[in-house]
Amino acid sequence: MNPQEQWVAFTTIVVKEVRRFTRIWLQTLLPPAITIVLYFVIFGTLIGPRIGKMSGFSYIEFVVPGLIMMSVITNSYSNVVSSFFGTKFQRSVEELLVSPVPNYIILLGYVVGGVARGLMIGLIVTLLSLFFTDLQVSHVPVTVGIVFLTAVLFALAGFINAVFANSFDDISIIPTFVLTPLTYLGGVFYSIDMLPEFWQGVSLVNPILYMVNTFRYGLLGVTDINVAWAFAMVTGFCVLLFVFSLYLLDHGKKLRS
Amino acid sequence: MTSALSIRNLHKVYDSGFVALKGIDLEVQPGDFFALLGPNGAGKSTTIGVICSLVKKSSGDVSIFGTDIDKNFSLAKKDIGVVPQEFNFNQFDKVFNVVRTQAGYFGLPSKLAEQRTEKYLKKLGLWEKRNQPSRTLSGGMKRRLMIARALVHEPKLLILDEPTAGVDIEIRRSMWQFLKEINASGTTIILTTHYLEEAESLCRNVAIIDRGRIVQNTSIKALLRQLNKEIFIFDTQEALTILPNIEGYKGQLIDDHSFEVEVEKHQSINTLFASLNDHGINVVSMRNKTNRLEELFVSLVESHNTHNERDEESDEESEL
Repeated sequence: MNPQEQWVAFTTIVVKEVRRFTRIWLQTLLPPAITIVLYFVIFGTLIGPRIGKMSGFSYIEFVVPGLIMMSVITNSYSNVVSSFFGTKFQRSVEELLVSPVPNYIILLGYVVGGVARGLMIGLIVTLLSLFFTDLQVSHVPVTVGIVFLTAVLFALAGFINAVFANSFDDISIIPTFVLTPLTYLGGVFYSIDMLPEFWQGVSLVNPILYMVNTFRYGLLGVTDINVAWAFAMVTGFCVLLFVFSLYLLDHGKKLRS
Repeated sequence: MTSALSIRNLHKVYDSGFVALKGIDLEVQPGDFFALLGPNGAGKSTTIGVICSLVKKSSGDVSIFGTDIDKNFSLAKKDIGVVPQEFNFNQFDKVFNVVRTQAGYFGLPSKLAEQRTEKYLKKLGLWEKRNQPSRTLSGGMKRRLMIARALVHEPKLLILDEPTAGVDIEIRRSMWQFLKEINASGTTIILTTHYLEEAESLCRNVAIIDRGRIVQNTSIKALLRQLNKEIFIFDTQEALTILPNIEGYKGQLIDDHSFEVEVEKHQSINTLFASLNDHGINVVSMRNKTNRLEELFVSLVESHNTHNERDEESDEESEL
């Protein structure tokens, strides 16, 4: 395929993906918005004032960046894992496999689809948060860069999960038993300064902590970790997962018999 | 002339150890309407899977219009349209989008993709259904949708894996007519089917595959010439209590108004009719007892299986 044809194929996949999650907006866009509003009400309005300041900010101000990031992570992951596994389940993935689309275009198409949903949810959540607190953006490039890279990383992770999944159970195991605990323990609701030294060390192994804190630094200007190191790590993970995903596609793992 | 499809010594061993293909050689010429026949599990779908990249071959060479799939599969794929045996489109997508999306996967610019989608949905009688979710279509419509999708990039080689399975007779006939038109316009067609009548009425050349090997590869006409005898059923005007002896022909009564006669290759039907006339039997209609190709197919596969069993026995003996 020449570059123009590859661009057409890429946009076709992206349009198909965006059309999918906007068509089923009751399952994809509305639930995270409602969940996050509940978090804002409970932690911001009901419990937040009793908690007091955290890292020099009110609790709602502190928790909003973490909740935005949590929505981006969850949705970019679940979009790709459910969409790509769905195409495997219905065998419509064969439409792609018999076509001349290069594997890296297939991968990019699905990842951009996941990023689109992650960022759309992130935007919805950000707009909703304005009803509960005033948002400031201290470092725009850091904010935009980390949210984009995080969405890419979890879209890639979702793709790998979908490739290996044999059943719908397999696409819920990782989000339930790995992603959710790591997110909740990744500094969304608290600063790791509050933890005993041992648990601070353990928390530093959690990659989501770096993403959440970098995003919080972008908005509030405070962080528990080194932002440059966080960017390097997230970029490194993105490259690693992209190469691995491409390897899976090139070798037809679980796709070609 | 470059073959539309060239397969050399194709082998496939699945991870389970099952040997699906044991050295297939096949040539399909441009413009041909080619039938790939074989019993269930013979290797037809595996062969098609390898051609269109859904199955990884173990060894061998496959070329599409001269392009080796190992060297430039992307280029080779542009020339292929595939209609698989099972429905494999997104059941939640609208009919229009199923075809339109496939056009995009082949790099067709937006305007052309929409024109082609409209063209093939109209040709296959699905234009009125274009805004319906594809899952709401009937079985026959879903098959036609897969044909429209396979044609949207106007491939030079169309591969259909049992395209009329489960389709009623009327729709099957209209699909045959459509496929004949597509073939007449220059598209090479390879068809696998269980309906041997379908192969006989559509295809010019045929390969019969059994247990991963090609057991026959010839023209349909040449294949039919191999038939040594045919059995005809005659219906009579008057009731018969016994069938008189017709010299040179073996026959038997089926019921009081019909009987069957074996006619060997060298025998004349005119002579048979003359004898029936001499015996005062008025025939009102006659027909083949079974599909001719079907008889031949069964005999070829049975003969191949017998050879295989003998080979296996001799292998065992030599090992002992």
